[in-house]
Amino acid sequence: MFDLLKKLTGIVGVSGNEEEIREAIIEEIKDCVDEIKVDTLGNLIAVKKGKGKKIMVATHMDEIGIMVTYIDDKGFLRFSAIGGVSRYDSIGQRVKFKNGVVGAVYYEEKLDDMKNLQLSKMYIDIGAKSKEEAQKMVNIGDVACFVGDAVLQGDTVISKALDNRSGCAVAVKAIKDLKKTDNEIYFVFTVQEEVGLRGARTAAFSLKPDIAIAVDITMTGDTPESHPMEVKCGGGPAIKIKDRSVLCHPEVRKLLEESAKRINIPYQLEILEAGGSDPGSIHLTAGGIPSGAISIPVRYVHSPVETASMSDINNAAKLLVEAICKY
Amino acid sequence: MLIKELTELNGVSGNEDEVRKFIKAEAEKYADSITEDSMGNLICYKKGVSSKYRVMLSAHMDEVGFMVTGYDDGLIKFASIGGIDERILPGKRVLVGEKRIPGVIGSKPIHLQEKIERGNNIKQKNMYIDIGAEKKEEAEKLAPLGEYIAFHSVYTEFGDGCIKAKALDDRIGCAILLEILKETYRFDLYVCFTVQEEIGLRGAGIAAFRVKPDIAIVVEGTTCSDVPGVREHEYSTVMGQGAALTIMDRTSYPNKKLVDFMYNTAKNKNIPVQYKQTTTGGNDAGKIQLSREGVVVASVSVPCRYIHSPVSVMNRRDYESCLSLVKAVLDEFSSNENLIESFKA
Amino acid sequence: MDYINILKDLSTYPGVSGREDKLCGHIAKMFEKYCDSVEIDDFYNVIGIKKGKSASGRKIMVTAHLDEIGLMVKSIDKKGFVTVSNVGGVDSKILLAQEVIIHGKKEIYGIIGAKPPHLLTPEEMKKAVKMEDLTIDTGLSAEEVRENVSVGDIVTFKVDPFELQNSRFSSKSLDNRAGVAALLDIMENLTLLNHNDDVWFVATVQEEVGLRGANIAAYNIDPDLAIVIDVCHGQIPGAPKESVFPLGKGPAVAVGPNLHRKYTKKMIELAKEENIPYQIDVEPGDTGTEAWAVQVSREGIPTLLVSIPLKYMHTVIETLSIDDIKNTGRLIARFISMTGNEMEEVLC
Repeated sequence: MFDLLKKLTGIVGVSGNEEEIREAIIEEIKDCVDEIKVDTLGNLIAVKKGKGKKIMVATHMDEIGIMVTYIDDKGFLRFSAIGGVSRYDSIGQRVKFKNGVVGAVYYEEKLDDMKNLQLSKMYIDIGAKSKEEAQKMVNIGDVACFVGDAVLQGDTVISKALDNRSGCAVAVKAIKDLKKTDNEIYFVFTVQEEVGLRGARTAAFSLKPDIAIAVDITMTGDTPESHPMEVKCGGGPAIKIKDRSVLCHPEVRKLLEESAKRINIPYQLEILEAGGSDPGSIHLTAGGIPSGAISIPVRYVHSPVETASMSDINNAAKLLVEAICKY
Repeated sequence: MLIKELTELNGVSGNEDEVRKFIKAEAEKYADSITEDSMGNLICYKKGVSSKYRVMLSAHMDEVGFMVTGYDDGLIKFASIGGIDERILPGKRVLVGEKRIPGVIGSKPIHLQEKIERGNNIKQKNMYIDIGAEKKEEAEKLAPLGEYIAFHSVYTEFGDGCIKAKALDDRIGCAILLEILKETYRFDLYVCFTVQEEIGLRGAGIAAFRVKPDIAIVVEGTTCSDVPGVREHEYSTVMGQGAALTIMDRTSYPNKKLVDFMYNTAKNKNIPVQYKQTTTGGNDAGKIQLSREGVVVASVSVPCRYIHSPVSVMNRRDYESCLSLVKAVLDEFSSNENLIESFKA
Repeated sequence: MDYINILKDLSTYPGVSGREDKLCGHIAKMFEKYCDSVEIDDFYNVIGIKKGKSASGRKIMVTAHLDEIGLMVKSIDKKGFVTVSNVGGVDSKILLAQEVIIHGKKEIYGIIGAKPPHLLTPEEMKKAVKMEDLTIDTGLSAEEVRENVSVGDIVTFKVDPFELQNSRFSSKSLDNRAGVAALLDIMENLTLLNHNDDVWFVATVQEEVGLRGANIAAYNIDPDLAIVIDVCHGQIPGAPKESVFPLGKGPAVAVGPNLHRKYTKKMIELAKEENIPYQIDVEPGDTGTEAWAVQVSREGIPTLLVSIPLKYMHTVIETLSIDDIKNTGRLIARFISMTGNEMEEVLC
């Protein structure tokens, strides 16, 4: 599982630029599903055919990152954020473009108070000596992700983009481990979640499933002086109750809780006070689709050092298989 | 070119009647059919030679403005419709309601301001519209609660090809689309003049749901901040440097292949083109992109300085670039319909 | 209609957004008295259909949300104190010293407390208390709390309704059980009036968390016209006059881009003709009500908004005038009875 996770987290797949991660996932699953489609916005839809219930499994494959918006005469890049990028977390980080160009993110020295830090006062240094040289390396509109290679230490994994390549890994694993079932299962690797839960909406509209289960990450309340939250790393996958975008449907929550109990894996209940997730747009699409989510507890979300527990990820995959095959 | 006529009409979000009536009369000359939906979007259909694909073009008819909310004797209290910088309001002229009753936005003159007030901007809640009425009853009769109010501004040409007017955002798009409607293409063309963009992209979503386009191009007037005090990397667009293509904004991530295609088409045909360099703001493309199963979208804009004010400024050459680019792109689609399919992921 | 008892019943029945399953069954029973058929959808919207005279199939949807704001258990500390998360727009400042019920395995009574005033610094005294610093004290041991309460359990306010002077009524959750009462009132009025169009009454869910139930209902029902009933701010001292409405002066009919202009005009003319008191609610943009979601459903739905003035919104002492509910019922029922033939000319 860690090898898969390392592979998936290592790919640049910033929102709206999911081509490479999509190809990598197709490569992993192409022999294990009945049909593979890519829709207009770029969602990857892998179908396991059946005559039973129609279930959508949504895992977003995009990650946060930056986009080049301006190149100055000396070859420095100015940029915009794609998704919820923290200005402060970005300082001193490396970013990596699809073509391999790496840049250092820093801020204008004249800034006297860090409270006034804005993205417009930050830049990326790719080592170019002039605008012309920079333009040979990157173009306006090019995107880059933060650098943070996956590391395994005991049960703990540290990496960039665990949000949500860990969810993708869970879905890939579930596809491979699927048990016999009549249900028709649509594994949707969605695009543009980080910029407004966009891909999930159009995919849900075209599929109109009976229920939808997302696999994504959630924050935790187990770090020093953190806000109160019961979810902790290593406590088992979390079953979402609510976040800012959704109050999960009781039927889906029940399905997930009962599945976890049946296969005897630990689970936690998640109330996330910040942020939304794909079920937020899925459940309001096409006249309403009962939706819920399995969430992997992750510390330091949206930083290049996202931290999770491998056992939670493995158990999430088991939980997903049980839920979608036995519904 | 109908910029003067279009910008001198009033069409504050939710009350686009004047603009709709004018556009409908113009569009009727060229469209095969025109649908007006429950919110007031105008959907002008032009049948194509093959009708294999559906292409939607969209520009919004509405503009920012105000609404009557109450009275202080004969003076009118008001709320903004759409995003208006309240610093620009004192001393502006407005027209109230269908009868275009003239009014001025009044506030306490500098002599009467307390020392502390002098250093601060005047709050909109301390301003009022004076139509000359003495009593509440008089004001209420001429400007009832909920009445729409528009900026007053006379279309003026100045400088080197510059145009000053109100509502260039997005009557300039409407002007371009009325030109486009004159041509016939291979695909079915749906030219949509939408409502209520300024208060949350309200009209475009339901129009797209009805049209079910394969591809959509939004034509806009967009921000242009190439003025003193702004650093170059914070310019969103530069006036006079051509049609501005959106790479990404708060509401949409336009289709990359389509944006590249449009940029290259412009370059090949020597049409001035630029990228919009900031990713703030949003437009109807956001709603259209997410309609039904998803739509391939792009936005192309005419740069407008001092947008959302009665003195918005654009350059005629940018209008021409934008029109030429949209035309050129549609011609390409017409000569090779398979292009349309190729933009899908 | 026995307004007082219906409001007492409706307002004290728990139905926090996302957990409306019990309340919706209760309301469905009330609808059954008047409607030809009643159904509950996948998300617990209650839909009552009252057939019209004509066979045109035209549908008018009338919605009022049935959900209420509330709290949800977020965590339980070592001593058994419970911290909560809000469901919908809860002002943490009104929570201090409030009595609540935790709906766990069984109903558990509790009191919301916080660090006492004599231990706060003057700086802390000035600042609004944060939700995460408030805890529910159940008086039970940690073990007993954990046995009965789990993360995600709903917490509601414990309130005894009050009848005030001048047919004013005070309780929790009148936002928007007052609207649900108005739905019943419209149904009752319509038993005496003829109407051509089919009327789809929908008591909607999850309004307080983002107009979600109405979004779903509007898409599925796809009506020809929609009327949304909600509450608006009652007049109180210190609030700008333009945005509040005196109690007892009739429902507020909204005007603005969110609402269909010609139908709205017709409704206002009707109120004048029938001598039904009404007020004008000027809405320059987002009305913050279900009308905002319904108007842009599918290819667009002509939408109207009628609001009942309510003081102290989102507190446990929400206060309204019974007369305003009666007049809301009268106005909308009369309006519906005109649709069909008379109303066709409106759209021309």
